[in-house]
Amino acid sequence: MSQSKPILGASPLRKEGRAKVLGAAKYIDDQSLPGMWYGATVRSSVARGIIRSITFAPEIDWEQFAIVRASDIPGENTIVHLTKDHPCLADGQVNHPEEPILLLAHPDKTALLSAVRGVRIEYDELPGVFTIEESEAAVENNDAERIIWPGSDAGGTANCFKQYLMYSGEANETEDGLAAAFEAADFIVEEEYHTGAQEQLYIENNGVIAECNKDALGNVSDVCVRGSMQCPYYVVHALTLIFNLPEEKCRVIQVETGGAFGGKEDFPSVIGSHAALLAMKCGHPVKITYDRAEDMAATTKRHPSRTRHRTAVSKDGKLLGGTIDVAIDGGAYATLSPVVLSRATIHSPGPYKWPHIRVRAKAMATNIPPHGAFRGFGAPQSLFALERHMDKIAKTVGLTPEEFRRRNFLGTGDCTATGQLLKEPVDMQHLLTRALKESGYHEKLARFAEENKHSMIKRGVGFASFMHGAGFTGSGERRLNSLVHLDVLEDGLPQILVSSTEFGQGTNTILCQVAAQALQLPYEDILIAQPDTSVVPNSGPTVASRTAMIVGKLVERASHQVLATLREHEGLPKEHTREQFIAAAQSYRAKHGSLRASVRYEPATKIFWDDELYRGDAYPGYAWAVYVAEVAVDLNTYMATVTRFDALQEVGLVMHPVLAKGQIEGGVAQGIGYALYEKCVWKEGRMMNNQMTNYIMPTSADLPPIHVHFEEVPSIHGPGGAKGIGELPMDGPAPAILNAIENATGVAFNTIPLLPEDIFERFTSFTEPAHGGSEDLDPTHLGEFLPEAVA
Amino acid sequence: MSTPIQFTVNGSRQSVDVPPMKRLLDVLREDLHLTGTKEGCGEGECGACAVLLNGELVNSCLVPALQANGSRLCTIEGVSAEGRLHPIQQCFLERGGAQCGICTPGMILATHYLLDKYPNPTLEQIQEGLAGNLCRCTGYMRIFESVQQAANTISP
Repeated sequence: MSQSKPILGASPLRKEGRAKVLGAAKYIDDQSLPGMWYGATVRSSVARGIIRSITFAPEIDWEQFAIVRASDIPGENTIVHLTKDHPCLADGQVNHPEEPILLLAHPDKTALLSAVRGVRIEYDELPGVFTIEESEAAVENNDAERIIWPGSDAGGTANCFKQYLMYSGEANETEDGLAAAFEAADFIVEEEYHTGAQEQLYIENNGVIAECNKDALGNVSDVCVRGSMQCPYYVVHALTLIFNLPEEKCRVIQVETGGAFGGKEDFPSVIGSHAALLAMKCGHPVKITYDRAEDMAATTKRHPSRTRHRTAVSKDGKLLGGTIDVAIDGGAYATLSPVVLSRATIHSPGPYKWPHIRVRAKAMATNIPPHGAFRGFGAPQSLFALERHMDKIAKTVGLTPEEFRRRNFLGTGDCTATGQLLKEPVDMQHLLTRALKESGYHEKLARFAEENKHSMIKRGVGFASFMHGAGFTGSGERRLNSLVHLDVLEDGLPQILVSSTEFGQGTNTILCQVAAQALQLPYEDILIAQPDTSVVPNSGPTVASRTAMIVGKLVERASHQVLATLREHEGLPKEHTREQFIAAAQSYRAKHGSLRASVRYEPATKIFWDDELYRGDAYPGYAWAVYVAEVAVDLNTYMATVTRFDALQEVGLVMHPVLAKGQIEGGVAQGIGYALYEKCVWKEGRMMNNQMTNYIMPTSADLPPIHVHFEEVPSIHGPGGAKGIGELPMDGPAPAILNAIENATGVAFNTIPLLPEDIFERFTSFTEPAHGGSEDLDPTHLGEFLPEAVA
Repeated sequence: MSTPIQFTVNGSRQSVDVPPMKRLLDVLREDLHLTGTKEGCGEGECGACAVLLNGELVNSCLVPALQANGSRLCTIEGVSAEGRLHPIQQCFLERGGAQCGICTPGMILATHYLLDKYPNPTLEQIQEGLAGNLCRCTGYMRIFESVQQAANTISP
């Protein structure tokens, strides 16, 4: 084996791929248990209010139904993430539309629809806040009626789940440095950027099946939830509180999962708890699967954001200092907002050298269903703002977007804004050169400028430079303390045991590649266990671009440990055949009964992070990228279309080129949707377009050719030199596309999503004196230096 | 109120007693236990429930059972033969056309239909032909490659 081609870096067939192409893979809705009932959720019809009464329609025989209310919860009525503000079922008050109030179960699925409608709930409505600005205003005006969230022990204040203040150095020195920088600046460039909510839109809706057993006294003895999810141990944690049970009595099994993208990180704790409560009540297994409308209306989305930049620049195009204010809309409960905000904060200065920078960030409460995890996790929001702002500064200073960035890029040996020394090689200059070359940027820039003069279709090119940190932030990986087992089974072949889940990205495949490579065995020989918490250890959640790098490294170390054991005890030679490995493993098992290697996370290098000061090594490793978009804006229809996309990234070793390309292309497609198609329409906190008919994601006919290019600089943090890749491609498309649209049309748009009607309104309102909005003052429209960019 | 419905599914004759307006999707999944056909949206937008009805590509969530009476149906379970992958399935597997896999059955049937119509499709024909099947994972590029490779395999 050791002589043959390395399997890491090859593209073996996806482990579960055969079952998927045959239609034989069993997702949660393809499964049922004997005697199973079906569950449904009765939800709030108002955004905020006191529940005055609940009545049940007399024409329905409610004896046939199991009904669960908040008072039925045996443990704590909370869905725990970082704080306990989020109730499992509303108790007395609701704080967002679609908030769960009651649960119903019945043996016949079709009986549930009319039953849900047959529960009548009356409310005394309370005033709500529905935007970041309204939430802020309530605090500023001391408007007690609109303080919708009281604060928390975990650092939350009225209407604000979390705040961060991040300095590029010691606080006072940085403030002094910033004051001096703005004093000395040749230009001060300010702008505000907005991003909208985005639906994950996995094609498989959320769904679970729960079972519940009771002891002789009728108390719940154990529960089991199986379903579509990313993080089985998150659900375990939630169940322990709901049922007041120890971890080992709460079993969670991930089944084949039809897409997630963050949308099944935190939410399965909600639907899983609900189904388990119904199972407790009715004494049968209970399945809950949402339909599309319920999934879109009631589950999490990407946080909307507002980012304000104020930047001091010298006339030779050097960043002297900057302040960034990031605000995200967290929805009605804290859920994961503090950590989403953390990633937004740390990524907001981007891949640039800032002599002085201050980032202030906050997550505000609104009466909207809680926003949650979605691929990128805060970084797409703050990087959108940054990379639009970089183009604006370039224009103000009079440099090309390329040249301005080149004068400020971070490189090897520099420190990031959090003071992290970049020890591993970073070459943004080269990435930019290559990305522009691969995409034909310079040639197109010149050609389009000429062609646009005579065409109603304005074409343009733009790019974004960025990075994405892999793994949990700062001390997060140390806190997770992930554990991985590698068993050698009776047949002498290995099985990986991890809680990392497969939901399309390729977890099963890449982890098996890592083990195959390390164990010098054929890829086909490696098994990976189904994530069942009664069997697999907690190797952490499947989020944060951490599986390949962090869990992959643990699998690699566990594999090396197995080899060391077999070499020491069984005399397995350094270079071995498959047969020698099996013989040695079976011999060892015959003597010792089993062979298992268990390894825990240890950082490859010393990682320092200060949670108080928000300084230090924010992430073990970063992927670096330059994305180039080519667009066409049709001034007849005001439709902007991406006509070609080039994505160049440095992600360490590319473990599986086919899967890796698929990850990048899929992320770019979601990024194109984020920029140009996907708009959540809200009314009083309720999503009004909760259907695939009117929430538009890109189809095969909408997307341009996406060209994926890799640079491979091996990192010490991941197996074989790999780094994280999953979230990265979500960050770059939106700013690259809006930069390209500015290049095409000469008009700067700073809000996404940017739909044809938005472009239309902007173009048709230029001549109207009443036309409002900060974008009016944009230099690219007025053609002269903006008022706020003062020499 | 149930109605007897008869049809040929993946080559074998079947009869079921179901309400006439029951969705074909549910008849396949619940009455015939053919769970390879998936529900994504329930309103004909996503194509996860696509099947071939008398050789035409339809979204089975929009077809009432009664309308399928007497028809010839092909679902994902009928695409492979004797445990051997159809070339389309093989190409989706090799080229990364399937990620999470939930859109894959519908996508494969849409490809089947497309290649019947255009044995050597242009990229534009592929893009148009699959536009009724949403995929959130792949960005479609691997799917286009899978379809092109399948076309080359079937009609070299």
